[in-house]
Amino acid sequence: MSQSAADPLLDITVRVNGVRRTAAAPARRLLSDFLRHDLGLTGTHVGCEHGVCGACTVLVDGEPARACLMFAVTAQAHDVTTVEGIGHDPADLDPVQQAFVECHALQCGFCTPGFVTTISAYLDEHPDPSADEAREAISGNLCRCTGYQNIVAAVLRAAELRREREGTP
Amino acid sequence: MKPAPFVHHAPRTVEEAVAVLAQVGPDGKVLAGGQSLVPVLNMRLASPGHLVDVNGVAGLDTVEVTAEHVRVGALVRHAGLERHDGAAAALPLLRQAVRHVAHPAIRTRGTTVGSLAHADPAGEMPAVAVLTGAVLEVTGPRGTREVAADGFFLGPLETVLEADELVVAVRFGRLPAGTRTGFAESARRSGDYALAGVALAVSTDGNTVTGARASFVSVTPVPDVLVLTPVLAGARVGALPLDAVTEAVRAHVDPESDIHAGADYRRMLAAELTVRSLVSTTTGVREGAA
Ligand SMILES: Cc1cc2nc3c(=O)[nH]c(=O)nc-3n(C[C@H](O)[C@H](O)[C@H](O)COP(=O)(O)OP(=O)(O)OC[C@H]3O[C@@H](n4cnc5c(N)ncnc54)[C@H](O)[C@@H]3O)c2cc1C
Ligand code: FES
Ligand code: FES
Repeated sequence: MSQSAADPLLDITVRVNGVRRTAAAPARRLLSDFLRHDLGLTGTHVGCEHGVCGACTVLVDGEPARACLMFAVTAQAHDVTTVEGIGHDPADLDPVQQAFVECHALQCGFCTPGFVTTISAYLDEHPDPSADEAREAISGNLCRCTGYQNIVAAVLRAAELRREREGTP
Repeated sequence: MKPAPFVHHAPRTVEEAVAVLAQVGPDGKVLAGGQSLVPVLNMRLASPGHLVDVNGVAGLDTVEVTAEHVRVGALVRHAGLERHDGAAAALPLLRQAVRHVAHPAIRTRGTTVGSLAHADPAGEMPAVAVLTGAVLEVTGPRGTREVAADGFFLGPLETVLEADELVVAVRFGRLPAGTRTGFAESARRSGDYALAGVALAVSTDGNTVTGARASFVSVTPVPDVLVLTPVLAGARVGALPLDAVTEAVRAHVDPESDIHAGADYRRMLAAELTVRSLVSTTTGVREGAA
């Protein structure tokens, strides 16, 4: 990450979790590293850096996308939501986060931010999934600990929690 | 790993993009959705000195449906095409196929035109392009040209595109009224690259098949069309000569072995998927294989 004549720093401004954030970084800075290294938002995790594991998944204009496959310079045109933007107060968890706690859907937690963003976007479009659909919804994210059963349960529980919260505003 | 340093260009128009491409020559690469290019850069399988990021180019993000075709601009994401009801109504094969491209998080950014330019034999949309007689609209410093999908693909990851050319849009051809289409593939996990896949277009007159064509995913070096009409014309729906179809597919495909599956298995899979898709397409049952 050193600066050199061949790799000049650019002022990059990205709207993250509703706030415009600026940092100096080279053009080759991946959005995942921009979030983590330049903005200190370490909730977004980095596993494979080629789009396969899903750990770095963030929301770009509300849709799930791999932060490791996007350059921060390109992200300037978009609204980015990270897991911190989904919920960061333990006393006021998002339904997906709450469901992960209740269903014991994480062990080491490395994969969890990517699951939370992915599931949150999925439930926006599919508020009432079946167990099969829940499994399909997480097929682009890898978890090396849980065996997925509890994550599937958490998708269903999160859908329930979202409906409950909508019912009681 | 991280990409090597590059100079980032952010043209706002097609003309600007082509001018930069012409200026940087073979040291430049078009960056569209980045879902194939960025992994290559991250793994340092390539390290171009210039990236021409076309994401800010105006006017490339539209889908247009006419009587003859569905025109998909270079910045239309897989997810946008998948959601487009007009495109799905005009050419159902588009939605049938594009929902098999990777996972939703990849479809958010990846472009349909980018997957044609990338020319991966495991891509779904190249197979759809050849089956529908698609035409690619290409612009470069020497002007604009139109390239038929049949002829665009030269080999795995290889096309007739020059380094300074930009694909502006693809026009997928609409099929004659009454043509039914199907798409089926098999992957180890839903969303992964398919071990084998097939796109199918079948025309019928009442209960009788009058024509049928297929193209394949992951089992031919370049997508091409297998005309099944000689095998199927005149056959009655419900009593199709499926063994002959199996033979024709097995003779046509030319899969390679890799760590995911052997060539024999892929050949068998391609034939079986074609047979199943043919049966479900002609009986009107929606194709739902994962
Ligand atoms: C985990 C994962 C799974 C995937 N699974 C599948 C799958 O199952 N099926 C599938 O088909 N694809 C799959 N993909 C790839 C995905 O479909 C890509 O979106 C697509 O192949 C490339 O489109 P892009 O817009 O991302 O192009 P980019 O990655 O930006 O570019 C790819 C190549 O095409 C060139 N290019 C792009 N656009 C143009 C243009 N307009 N003019 C000229 N050249 C251009 C670039 O220079 C580059 O060489 C997967 C990707 C990942 C990361
Ligand atoms: S780190 Fe981005 S998908 Fe694995
Ligand atoms: S909880 Fe450890 S990888 Fe998923």
